[in-house]
Amino acid sequence: MSKADIRTETGPSPQYREWLRRERRGHLAVRAAQLAVLVIFLVLWEVLPKAHVINPLFTSYPSALWPTFLELLKDSPQQVNILAHTWATVLATVIGFTAAMVFGTAIAAALWWWDGLYKVLDPYLVVANAMPKTAFVPIFYLWLGATMSVYGMSLAISLFVTILMIYSGFQGTDPNKVKLAQTFGASKGQILTKVVLPGSVPTLIAALKVNAGLSLVGVVVGEFQSANLGLGYLIQYGSQIFKMNIVMCGITILAVVSSLMYLAISWLETAVMRRR
Amino acid sequence: MSAPATGGAAVPPKVELLGVNLRYFGTEGETEALKDISIAIAPGEFVAIIGQSGCGKSTLLSLISGILKPTEGSVLVDGKPVAGPSRKVGYMLQQDYLFEWRTILDNAVLGAEIQGADIRKARERATQLLTRYGLGQFLHHLPRQLSGGMRQRVALARTLCTDPDVVLLDEPFSALDSQTRIALADEVAEILRRERKTAILVTHDIGEAVSMAERVVVLSRRPGRVKSDHAIRFATANGSRPAPFAARNAPEFNGYFNTLWRELEVHVEG
Ligand SMILES: Nc1ncnc2c1ncn2[C@@H]1O[C@H](COP(=O)(O)OP(=O)(O)O)[C@@H](O)[C@H]1O
Ligand SMILES: [Mg+2]
Repeated sequence: MSKADIRTETGPSPQYREWLRRERRGHLAVRAAQLAVLVIFLVLWEVLPKAHVINPLFTSYPSALWPTFLELLKDSPQQVNILAHTWATVLATVIGFTAAMVFGTAIAAALWWWDGLYKVLDPYLVVANAMPKTAFVPIFYLWLGATMSVYGMSLAISLFVTILMIYSGFQGTDPNKVKLAQTFGASKGQILTKVVLPGSVPTLIAALKVNAGLSLVGVVVGEFQSANLGLGYLIQYGSQIFKMNIVMCGITILAVVSSLMYLAISWLETAVMRRR
Repeated sequence: MSAPATGGAAVPPKVELLGVNLRYFGTEGETEALKDISIAIAPGEFVAIIGQSGCGKSTLLSLISGILKPTEGSVLVDGKPVAGPSRKVGYMLQQDYLFEWRTILDNAVLGAEIQGADIRKARERATQLLTRYGLGQFLHHLPRQLSGGMRQRVALARTLCTDPDVVLLDEPFSALDSQTRIALADEVAEILRRERKTAILVTHDIGEAVSMAERVVVLSRRPGRVKSDHAIRFATANGSRPAPFAARNAPEFNGYFNTLWRELEVHVEG
């Protein structure tokens, strides 16, 4: 049942050990290559502007980011510090994708429950999903004000794709598993909670992955327009006063935030999938 | 058909179908799956229903289990019309359909959980059943860690955990390799007989039907009708029914097999 079963009294065979070694070497090579790509990127970013191959005014360079970052850590009369901006963006993203997951799952469940509702709403959902939600940024600002419009954009951008993904996950439930539950006299609610929802956990995680990215996009776009807080705002501000260092600093932090979200979700995925 | 055939018993039937018709409705038209089916099954009887693929065998079981309603006619369990799934009837589907996110034990108590039974007692009973079926060490394993035969035993435990009087088996061994299939047939027949269940086994495997059941009902091609009804008897020293594996070697086996083979083959030709 597992590789441990095939082990002989004397431990893994030399061939197996050789295979493991080669696997591990392959794995390390991939990691090394990944690191190399990052280093090459940073070096080019540093060297090309310095050599004036590209205009440093437009790109800044990595070594300039750290001093800028330290400077941005301090509150100034015009600016709160960069950690406050980061926190605002992260918070809005988490709120946005949590709301998208909760509402998305609830709405998908309602569509699953009332098939007629799905049939009626299907074309609208598809269109709503295809709409460029960012077109609503100015309107959301008017409707919802500075803070709420950011949350609203984050939700709007990820909600419809969540509904569609989770609904199709629900639809993909093995009808025989549903039939099995029915043979025991399961009610519709029991079918939902005991068969459809637990069976859709992989879909929920896939939706979470898509959402985390989309929500962050929504937040940043929302902050461009409306806020006086958040990394989106900081980037916008930096570009208006033509300080590329600030812009690049904001973008770098966004990259870090995305990576951390990705790691958190991968970790969650492994934790949940270990049970399957 | 007016007087339904019984297994020869004078006691009131446990399960009875009276003039049952079933048609499936779809946008492309209706499919007549079962036509004018009348069967009576005595308490404790082990009946096999054979027929070709698509002749309505699974449909028949779904009717008895109450997850389908007949288009015409009536289905009775203990003399009362079947209104929906009931605790009296357990249904073992063609595959195990274990929930991959539940442990073996949690899978086995699914029915009890859905029926709102005392979950502690259900877990005790499921543990007992699983242990008896040789799965005692696997209670907290996940389904994917088990072989096909073990999984099907879990499915049997899940069916019997709610203690139904009538057990419906829909080609329960069809997904297994032939050795496991024959070994498991022995176990299942033994378990069902010992627990005095009324059992209805659907299969297209004649050998399985003859070796396991004391009565074989042959359905015609779609729309399924009762084509014939055979009592299966083996002469044994103590008068009891031989285990399926032993029955396959009994002198009567081939006679029954050939008769049923001919019955089924008629339909291949027309
Ligand atoms: N839900 C359904 N809708 C329409 N037709 C169906 C449905 N289920 C089964 N049928 C048809 O009814 C017939 C009998 O099906 P089934 O009872 O599954 O046969 P069997 O179990 O003997 O193979 C088949 O021809 C099948 O195509
Ligand atoms: Mg079938």
